[in-house]
Amino acid sequence: MTTAPVEHGLLLAAMLFGLGLLGVLVRRNLLFLLMSVEIMLNAAGLAFVAAGSRWQQPDGQVMFLFILTMAAAEVAVGLALILCLHRCGKTIDADAASKMRG
Amino acid sequence: VTVVFYISALVAVLATVMVVTRSNAVHALLYLIVSLLSVAMVFYALGAPFVAALEIIIYAGAIMVLFVFVVMMLNVTASQARERLWLAPRGWIGPAVLAAVLAGELFYTLVGGEFSTPPTAMIAPQQVGATLFGPYVLGVELASLLLLAALVGAFHLGRQEPTATQGRSHHDNGAC
Repeated sequence: MTTAPVEHGLLLAAMLFGLGLLGVLVRRNLLFLLMSVEIMLNAAGLAFVAAGSRWQQPDGQVMFLFILTMAAAEVAVGLALILCLHRCGKTIDADAASKMRG
Repeated sequence: VTVVFYISALVAVLATVMVVTRSNAVHALLYLIVSLLSVAMVFYALGAPFVAALEIIIYAGAIMVLFVFVVMMLNVTASQARERLWLAPRGWIGPAVLAAVLAGELFYTLVGGEFSTPPTAMIAPQQVGATLFGPYVLGVELASLLLLAALVGAFHLGRQEPTATQGRSHHDNGAC
C-alpha cells in the first residue's frame, strides 16, 4: 500500500496558498485577513508534510509543529490587536488602521 | 488511499473558496473548520497520523475557538432576530454537506478495511518525537519563548485600562 503522490500534495498546498493569498489581497475585514493568513500557514505546513512523506523523514512533521506554534502565537496577538482596534475605533476595517498616528 | 486523498483535497479547496468569499464571519469560520478537518484527512492519507491529530486538536480545536470567541465579542449586541437568522439553514447547510462527505470517508476507511493495516510509508509518532527532542531541541526552546512572548503581548493588548479620570480616558487607551 502506498500513500498519495507527493506532487498532488504539493499542488493542493499551492492551491490553498493561492486562495489564502487571494483572501489577503481582496478582503479588507481584519478578521478575514487573519483567517486567510491561517490558510496560507496551513498550506505551507501541508507542503512540509508532503515533502517529509516523500523522503520518509520526520523532519517535515517537526517543521509543521513549529508552524503550528507560530500560528497559535500569531493568532493570539492578532486577535488581541483586532479587539484593541475595535475598542478604540469601533471598526475592524484594515484601511481604517492606516489613519492611526502616534 | 488515493481516493481518500483526492476527495479530501476537493473538500479542502471548496471549503477554502467558500471561506474567502463569505461576507458573514461566522459562516466563514464554519467553512474554515471544515477546511482544516479535510486537510487533517489529507495528512493522514499522506502517512502522517500524528500531525493529523494535532491539526484537529490545535487548529480546528483551540485556534478556531479563539476565532469564535472574538467574533462573538465583536458584536455583543446580538438580538433574538439575529440569532434566528443564524439558525437558518442557509448558514450551516454548506459546511454540513462538506463535513458529511468527510464523515462518509471516515466510515469508508473504517468499514472498508483499507486502513486496517497501516500503510508502509507511514511515519510513526515515535520517530517524530525523537527527532523533535533530538536535533531540534533548540527549536523547541525557541518555540516556548515565542509562546511566552505571545502570551505576554496578548495579555497586554487585551487588558482593559482602568479609566481613573473620565476626561483623559481616551488618552489612557494609548496602547491601541
